[in-house]
Amino acid sequence: MPTASSSITWSHDFDAALTHAREHTRGILLDFTAAPM
Amino acid sequence: MYSDPRVARFISGQLEPVRIHVREQKDEYQRLSERYNAQWTPTILVLDSDGEERHRIEGFLPVDDFLSQIALGLAKSAFQRKDYADAERRHRAIVDTFPSTDAAAEALYWAGVSKYKGTGDANALKATGDAFRERYQDTTWAKKASVWQ
Repeated sequence: MPTASSSITWSHDFDAALTHAREHTRGILLDFTAAPM
Repeated sequence: MYSDPRVARFISGQLEPVRIHVREQKDEYQRLSERYNAQWTPTILVLDSDGEERHRIEGFLPVDDFLSQIALGLAKSAFQRKDYADAERRHRAIVDTFPSTDAAAEALYWAGVSKYKGTGDANALKATGDAFRERYQDTTWAKKASVWQ
């Protein structure tokens, strides 16, 4: 689970993140990007 | 935007961050961009815990503008789940923390609506109309609040 830190730990698995969000009643930031990963 | 420590802390503390790459995750991008009608990058969505879109940012923004837009998404999520006290608190925090951003006027409007919805007190709307006569006069939100006198 991401914690408040000075860098973002991105998930690239939307369905897993949605399941986690539902379990913990948290929102999701979904970023569609073309930037280098 | 994401390299700024304030952005990283805010997002990591409040949301599940998910990044889908247009080329490196072609199938997933296709599926999710159709689901959420995303046709440009960057498109950044604030979703609630059921995956429903509550706010959309298209294109890059300076840090304060970006943070205020993310915060607006969280405030809208609170409003949508009818937690009007939390919605008011979150909207007012945007006005207080990011007063010079485009999000501030929208947040001031919805802070008033949230208070009214939570309390039934029509004075909340009048006070919001009064506030818009002091600031953000040139915004659409001020026009919308102009009927509250």
